[in-house]
Amino acid sequence: MARRAGAPEVSAGSMADIAFLLLIFFLVTTTIETDAGLDRMLPPMEPPTEAPPIIKQKNIFTVNINRNGQLLVEDEILSIDKLREKAIAFLDNGGAPSGSPDYCNYCKGKRDAESSDNPTKAIISLKNDRETKYSTYITVQNELVGAYNDLRNREAKRLFGKDYVEMEAEYLNPETEDSVKEELKEKVTRIQGLFPQKLSEAETSSE
Amino acid sequence: MSKFAKKKDGEVPAVSTASLPDIVFMLLFFFMTVTVMKDSSLKVENVLPNASEVKKLEKKDRVIYIYVGKPTKEFEKTFGSEPKIQLNDKFASPSEVGDYILMERAKKPQEIQNVLTTALKVDKNANMGLISDIKQELRKVNALKVNYTTYEGDAFNNLQ
Repeated sequence: MARRAGAPEVSAGSMADIAFLLLIFFLVTTTIETDAGLDRMLPPMEPPTEAPPIIKQKNIFTVNINRNGQLLVEDEILSIDKLREKAIAFLDNGGAPSGSPDYCNYCKGKRDAESSDNPTKAIISLKNDRETKYSTYITVQNELVGAYNDLRNREAKRLFGKDYVEMEAEYLNPETEDSVKEELKEKVTRIQGLFPQKLSEAETSSE
Repeated sequence: MSKFAKKKDGEVPAVSTASLPDIVFMLLFFFMTVTVMKDSSLKVENVLPNASEVKKLEKKDRVIYIYVGKPTKEFEKTFGSEPKIQLNDKFASPSEVGDYILMERAKKPQEIQNVLTTALKVDKNANMGLISDIKQELRKVNALKVNYTTYEGDAFNNLQ
């Protein structure tokens, strides 16, 4: 009878090979990517009975994109690289006279009585044609979001000494600690309150 | 001095490879945890536009994807060259988008059903008409949070 001194040792020499095989499989199938893009909220379907609120014409900033990708802003043709500047001027105008309830004490615009009263009242209305190219639409969206971000950054810098975009990214990052998040939430909502994103998209014209 | 002089010349000690499996396993686990299997193959051309004011789309489990673009070469014969919507693995018409969203939403756990985002991965050459139809459908099923997925870059590159 064979003498057994314990179980025979299993060779672990091929372990590395097996592990390598698995490693290479996962290396090949891995896609490390986080998508990024422009976040937007669609307007909810409105109940048909409700009358639309009355908005003063001067508080609306109309942007029209035609099928060739040309812009009509406030009834004037505008090249797309001037759009951000113009949108900032409109949002930051603060046209309401001091003393009135709509007076904007943080605006640095021209205070033109013919333009928007207050950033919280200002609405950007975007309209496009069915034939408009998606890339043009995204560029316009990007410029309008950029206008809001520029203004929010300015206010965040003034109030908290930090960029709004950075604060928001940190707030949305799932790795941020909860205590930090609470603090950021307050600041982020405060800035959002100063310049709320009111971007209305009319239904597309088919003509 | 004598401490260092003792070395026998010419003999390099063999490097132990016993810890090699451990190292490889460590790498393996890393890649296993970060791997996301590609779930649907693209049947449409999908060159996204550029944008600079982007936000990252965190938490992949809360995202429903909709692809739009021209059918690729192999499908061009059967589906034409007009931009189409791709849901999961098949082409769809705009009216099917609502049902698809509801179906996908039902698959997710209860607690995140209200915080889902719809990621629109749209080819830059698509027309807004189709996108508007999709947006209308999304509004009907109350999926209001959308993300126009883009590449990060200068938005003015889109215009060329």
